[in-house]
Amino acid sequence: MADQVNDLIAGIYVDGWSRIVATMIRFTGGDWDLAEESAQDAFAAALRKWPTAGVPDQPLAWLTTTARNRAVDRIRRASTEAASLRKATAIEVEPLAYSRDSEIPDERLELMFTCCHPSLNLEAQVALTLRSLTGMSTAEIARAFLVSERTMGQRLFRAKRKIAHAAIPFRVPPAHALPERLPAVLHVLYLLFNEGYGDAAKTRLCEEAVRLTRVLKQLMPDEPEAHGMLALMLLHGARRPARVDANGDLITLEDQDRALWNQDQIAEGITILDAALSRRAVGPFQIQAAIAACHALAPDAPSTDWPQIVKLYDQLALIAPNAIVTLNRAVAVGMASGPEAALPLVEAIIKSGDLADYHVLHATHADLLRRVGRLQESAESYRTAIAATTSDAERRFLRNRLALTEPSPRGAA
Amino acid sequence: MKYLMLVCTDPDLKPGEDEGAPDVEDWVTEMDAKGIRIMGERTRPADDATTVRVRNREVLLTDGPHAETKDLMVGFDVLECADLDEAIAVASKHPMAWGGAIELRPFWPFEG
Repeated sequence: MADQVNDLIAGIYVDGWSRIVATMIRFTGGDWDLAEESAQDAFAAALRKWPTAGVPDQPLAWLTTTARNRAVDRIRRASTEAASLRKATAIEVEPLAYSRDSEIPDERLELMFTCCHPSLNLEAQVALTLRSLTGMSTAEIARAFLVSERTMGQRLFRAKRKIAHAAIPFRVPPAHALPERLPAVLHVLYLLFNEGYGDAAKTRLCEEAVRLTRVLKQLMPDEPEAHGMLALMLLHGARRPARVDANGDLITLEDQDRALWNQDQIAEGITILDAALSRRAVGPFQIQAAIAACHALAPDAPSTDWPQIVKLYDQLALIAPNAIVTLNRAVAVGMASGPEAALPLVEAIIKSGDLADYHVLHATHADLLRRVGRLQESAESYRTAIAATTSDAERRFLRNRLALTEPSPRGAA
Repeated sequence: MKYLMLVCTDPDLKPGEDEGAPDVEDWVTEMDAKGIRIMGERTRPADDATTVRVRNREVLLTDGPHAETKDLMVGFDVLECADLDEAIAVASKHPMAWGGAIELRPFWPFEG
């Protein structure tokens, strides 16, 4: 019984934490620490009381009311302490009871936009989003980003302090400001997804990114880019089971066992993407999702529609040009028209000095050189790529590729 | 909420990057009329600055700016805004945001 109740509370925590924190930020007039502390108090009270007293009919209402009452207690206690130093006007806050879960306002969108305010640095945005929207503890977030708990605690502390001191508003930006502000939210969600995607130990970040993007899509049904982002995550996420072998080594898209791809997730991603594209407000995430869909729909690697992927990259380069897009486009050209067509494109990026430290640039260069038979130069580029990567799995993968450039004992290429 | 708006030049500005910058007089007129701009002045360049430090009760003067501000600051305004978003909107309409940089510093409120 107690275990069942604990599971139930854990289930409510997943979505309930951010709902309650958001409501409490509003209630406390922007005191994020007090909001988190009282939300924590409420869940602790539930863990204590529900196993014996039973689970209330409206658990979220119970938790929010409890959090509110705890916050009022804490404010009263603080003002009593202050009153002994100076005559303070007692803060009048009446504990207010929510009787139904449906009465609790959903301010998670306000919370997302505030956490991802561009006046906060990106690291702070990411940390704050995880802490207040997923309820991951400071220690868990610190582990995910390989910094000490103390460093992460400082980062969160500074971010919350800036929100209070600089008066960063707790709200969804007005419609005219959304085109500037929504990309920041999407960027943070995508960064979380990618951070979790590359590392099996960080799967949690991926799951949370998808969950938060679902919330964003639900709360902003008219923003095609939010839909595009979810489609992109689902289509990429579907390939996860096929991405590494039993030794933890990376398997390229080309060599992946497509039977391992999660077909339900692909189907959902495609449905969401189609609905988004039908709104005719294309954006970078919808295009990237469309590219992922081209891969997801190909029954095997040779039947991939590379010319279509090149076209999509052309479109992406028009609306969101950057060196990574140029590189990915070059890879697609290499598949659609052969390595000879792609080599000058990659060499132009190398010459520009962009992405000089990015191992994928050198690995791509090496692959193309290998395919045109310039094995010595290819080996050199693989070595540059190996030196640039920080991931052990990538390094092992590149060493295997490097071995392909060495003449085999029988002299066959 | 009050903000100090430090108006700075940007030595790295490339020609043409500030094209279409609004007129400063229009900005002052608009923000004064809205009650957003409480005061503001241009300041003389760093050459005319004097930096004052008191160390061990002794007044130490330096001819020139405090090292960190260099010669970037050319003026300031004091804004009264609802929140940071409004202050950002106001600062982005100032010509020096287009051709230089504007730093927004929230006031430390009086804690009586």
